[in-house]
Amino acid sequence: MSELTVDDVKKVASLARLKLSGDDIARYQKKLENVLSYVHLLDEVDTSDVEPMAHAIEAVNVFRQDEPRDSLDQAQALANAPQTDGKYFLVPAILDEA
Amino acid sequence: MSLSTHTTQDLLDQLQSGQLTSTELVTTCLDRIDAHDERIGAFLHFEREPALQQAAEIDRRRQAGGTLGALAGLPVAIKDNICANGTRTTCASRMLENFVPPYDAHIIERLRQADAVLLGRTNLDEFAMGSSCENSAFQQTRNPWDTERTPGGSSGGSAAAVAAGMTPLSIGSDTGGSIRQPAAFCGVVGMKPTYGRVSRYGLVAFASSLDQIGPFANDVTGVSRLLEVLAGHDERDSTSIDRRVPAYSQNLDQPLDGLRIGIAKEHFVEGLHPEVEQAVRSAVDVYRSLGAEIKEVTLPHSKYCVAVYYIVAPSEASSNLARYDGVHYGFRAEKFDNMIDMYSATRGEGFGDEVKRRIMLGTYALSAGYYDAYYLKALKVRRLIRQDFDRAFEEVDVIASPVTPTPAFKIGELIDDPLAMYLTDIYTISANLAGLPGVSLPCGFSSEGLPIGLQLQAAPFEEERLLRAARMYERETDWHTRRPAMNSNSAS
Repeated sequence: MSELTVDDVKKVASLARLKLSGDDIARYQKKLENVLSYVHLLDEVDTSDVEPMAHAIEAVNVFRQDEPRDSLDQAQALANAPQTDGKYFLVPAILDEA
Repeated sequence: MSLSTHTTQDLLDQLQSGQLTSTELVTTCLDRIDAHDERIGAFLHFEREPALQQAAEIDRRRQAGGTLGALAGLPVAIKDNICANGTRTTCASRMLENFVPPYDAHIIERLRQADAVLLGRTNLDEFAMGSSCENSAFQQTRNPWDTERTPGGSSGGSAAAVAAGMTPLSIGSDTGGSIRQPAAFCGVVGMKPTYGRVSRYGLVAFASSLDQIGPFANDVTGVSRLLEVLAGHDERDSTSIDRRVPAYSQNLDQPLDGLRIGIAKEHFVEGLHPEVEQAVRSAVDVYRSLGAEIKEVTLPHSKYCVAVYYIVAPSEASSNLARYDGVHYGFRAEKFDNMIDMYSATRGEGFGDEVKRRIMLGTYALSAGYYDAYYLKALKVRRLIRQDFDRAFEEVDVIASPVTPTPAFKIGELIDDPLAMYLTDIYTISANLAGLPGVSLPCGFSSEGLPIGLQLQAAPFEEERLLRAARMYERETDWHTRRPAMNSNSAS
């Protein structure tokens, strides 16, 4: 299969929201390519009639009553946030100022 | 002998009879941590006073004749990726360096109900991704048998703490061998239960279809006593299975009549250290001498397990770790241009190398154009691996194998070669992919004096049989009673 290019690594880093330095990208490219070429070992397995298995112990849907119950209060929910105003999580502006 | 190297059952008996108080035991453990952990590095953080207060409270209730829980007064160390209300839970990551969970994991509730004393928080590879504790953002845990070597990982701190006699019991999590491999490297007993046997509620997620919490102790009885407390249904984890929990420790000493032990030829191939092979084959001979039937089984897809794992686990990780966005909890970068850049800078700075590599690998495997070739393909081979085990367990009760291809490797030996590091998990990964219970117990030492582990695996929910089979071997041998020489603290 195709090898992993520097552009691929940049694209994946962007999809994964990871800011990487140029050095990082070069290092990751080599190491990721090693792993990807190893996993191509699976190409030799015939899986044409095999269903994918997402979980080893395949449980059926688990439902519960849709009833209100105790949860975290606002102060607890905000306690670990990097920035809040005591009521909301604060984030950088997401819209340009008009 | 120091108190903290007694078995769990000894300590429980002494506590119950009044020969020993929890305060004495916890003090001994804390003193041992003080004396040796500068060198070993098993604990990321612990607080003396709260542990001693818990112990004193249990002693007081015992003296007053109150009813006490199953582990009353025993210290338990917790891997630092399991949430406990009000206790910092870092996952050995800068991302969660100051994270204080506002709730208890299911197993923490269980331990509190059992009157265990929560002793402290043990080191791991960041977010449980690694096999050596070299990926911890904070410190390197060293193997108590040889401090030049790794304790294994990711639950290396929990394994080293038991091996070094700093605690009789500890908790780890196992996604691809992260309990069993460090147990083997450190010469203690470690167990991964069946997927769904123990609730994952409050375990910081790495790969949700593979993660499972499990016990460490210095013998099989200790692991069984701890598993009795951890196991059981919890509706907050929808993959937790609602099934009766057997009293694992109750019939532990009764040998299994007609036990059938499977040996897979695929487990004895190139790359297996001859001394590990020798120790495992000798262990099988012990079972033979006890009347067990030894049968050859075949697991034809086992050579694919590492490849399947390194698609499935990073894929799930890339999704699970998307939550670290610098908004709701954890680290946020200081310098950024806009919202998207804030995410990227936060994650770029907050995660270590291996975590970033795995997120990238998973993101790639799940991305448009590659999903079928990687992720879907891996899930199909995963089913074939499970079917191999289903067939094998029609013939045998447990499968005996090595835990690791070699004894503990040196710190730095594999760090620059992720693939070589991944391949050290070759014997443990399949239990996670197939959801099976597996246990690692001491079965010998290398010529360099390093512990060697025996792995036993059983069919799903056969923990009782698995532990009884493990105990049969343990009763006949004294490997589990050996302890590393602990010299006092000195800079190494």
